[in-house]
Amino acid sequence: MKRSAIIETDHLTKHYGTTVAVDELTFSIQEGEIFGFLGPNGSGKTTTLLMLLGLTEATSGTAQVAGFNPTKEAIKVKRIVGYIPENIGFYDDMNGKENLQFIARLNNIPDTVSAPKITDALERVGLKDDAAKKVAAFSRGMRQRLAIAELLIKEPTIAFLDEPTLGLDPEGTTLIIDYIQSLSKDNHMTILLSSHDLTQVQRIADRIGIMIHGRLIAEGPLEKLAHEKLGVEDREISLDEVYMKYFQEVSG
Amino acid sequence: MTGIRAIIRKELADHFSSYRFIILFALIAMVSLITTYMVGMGLREELSGLAKPKFVYLMLFTSTGPLFSLVQFVAFFGPLIGLILGFDAINRERSSGTLSKLASQPIYRDAIINGKFLSGVITITIMLLSILLVVSGLGLTLIGVVPGVEEVWRMMIYLVISIVYVALWLGISILFSILFRGIATSALATLAMWIFFSFFVSMGASVVANAMVPLDQTTRGDPERLMKHLKVRRMVSLISPMQLYNDSTGIIIDPTRKTTRSLVLMGPIERLSSARFERPLMLSQSIYVVIPHLISLIAITVICFGVSYAVFMKQEIRSI
Repeated sequence: MKRSAIIETDHLTKHYGTTVAVDELTFSIQEGEIFGFLGPNGSGKTTTLLMLLGLTEATSGTAQVAGFNPTKEAIKVKRIVGYIPENIGFYDDMNGKENLQFIARLNNIPDTVSAPKITDALERVGLKDDAAKKVAAFSRGMRQRLAIAELLIKEPTIAFLDEPTLGLDPEGTTLIIDYIQSLSKDNHMTILLSSHDLTQVQRIADRIGIMIHGRLIAEGPLEKLAHEKLGVEDREISLDEVYMKYFQEVSG
Repeated sequence: MTGIRAIIRKELADHFSSYRFIILFALIAMVSLITTYMVGMGLREELSGLAKPKFVYLMLFTSTGPLFSLVQFVAFFGPLIGLILGFDAINRERSSGTLSKLASQPIYRDAIINGKFLSGVITITIMLLSILLVVSGLGLTLIGVVPGVEEVWRMMIYLVISIVYVALWLGISILFSILFRGIATSALATLAMWIFFSFFVSMGASVVANAMVPLDQTTRGDPERLMKHLKVRRMVSLISPMQLYNDSTGIIIDPTRKTTRSLVLMGPIERLSSARFERPLMLSQSIYVVIPHLISLIAITVICFGVSYAVFMKQEIRSI
């Protein structure tokens, strides 16, 4: 199947004062794929996501999201991109249902259309019984699942997930990763997933990008990266190994 | 447009269900009712046996009674309504991580500020209108005089000016909630602002006036000098929105006042000053007198907004 690039950047750069957060990033993401975005904290992953969403202006370089310029056509980009920020916040004094309804209204979805969608989405992420609870009482895992439900309401063509498994227990992590995989498979979303959970990323990602110190130092399917770095072809490879190798190379 | 409607809707629900609003509303309602009751009883006593003077109904709001008049109460306490409704508008969203979510939805960023401001204004309007109506009802039963058409008009204009005035403080507090990341910091800053304009500006005005046009034993009798002194004091005190509000509502609600300048009871000016009590001003003329004040109030609100936009549009929105 021939796929076309839905996200493209060209020498995208962001400076904060003298520090370079993102350094001449050039990469593309194909329609329908799951792109695993890896890198240590502070390597510029979040900044890249914010630039692609038009929440932060690039210092130089350009980006295109589904043919739109995120800086100039921010609203158009935000209409088709769903973003789950790291440590996503909810309105604690509203319940899960109300939080989702607010998102639906912000996206111009009439209440009559959103109501059945909200019920479905809550059921799909296993929060049906907790829908009337105030979000303040939600556990971390429940909040992340509510965030996934938000995507199911908005139904974007592209989803940016910034560390969606941060601080979750292993079962919770597996669950979230499964949901993300189903977003890609069942809802046909293109997914840009940043995470530190290498085993889980390896499980679902079609391609991997490794970002260190604001630079994308490697990009491609895991097999390709493994071949480049470790020179192995056939044996069982783990992303951990590949990642550490890249990391040591840059840091050491 | 839809984005802003969704935000207004949510904010209104938040306001009306928050303890903060309920406490504030209860407090204001209580004080207004007590004040009106006392003023009304006083008026009834004073006016019994007299022919009905003009504008009795308005006197309900301007008479001071044993404590203070309702107009004074709103002038002093009104800012607090605006400040309490807005001091954490943006920074609470920021600290709870909802701001980045909000900003990543397909709405313009100014819709966030506008939505919050408009929902605040709606809340203020409902609050002031309902209190005014309840107070009017109580006052009417107490003094038993039906307000004339002009009095009703004057009340409505008074209400509009009051809403603009409280909205101004709401604008200031929203600006502070953008400028300061800490909720406590912005709460303190707005309170400091309020105290500064309520107490220190009037004090500062007399200090400046004394320094520029000193009045001592020898010059005290000089009317021209006294006028000059008062003029300086007035000019300085006009930097406070509170002064602007006091002056403009004073004129609107008290038809016998013809100028916002203060009384001077001496020499030839005394005659002029007391002449103002002789015949009430027409409504249109009263409005004419306060237009500059009203424009200043609106201008300050607009400036607050301009700064809010400029800062908020440039601010980085991160989930941290």
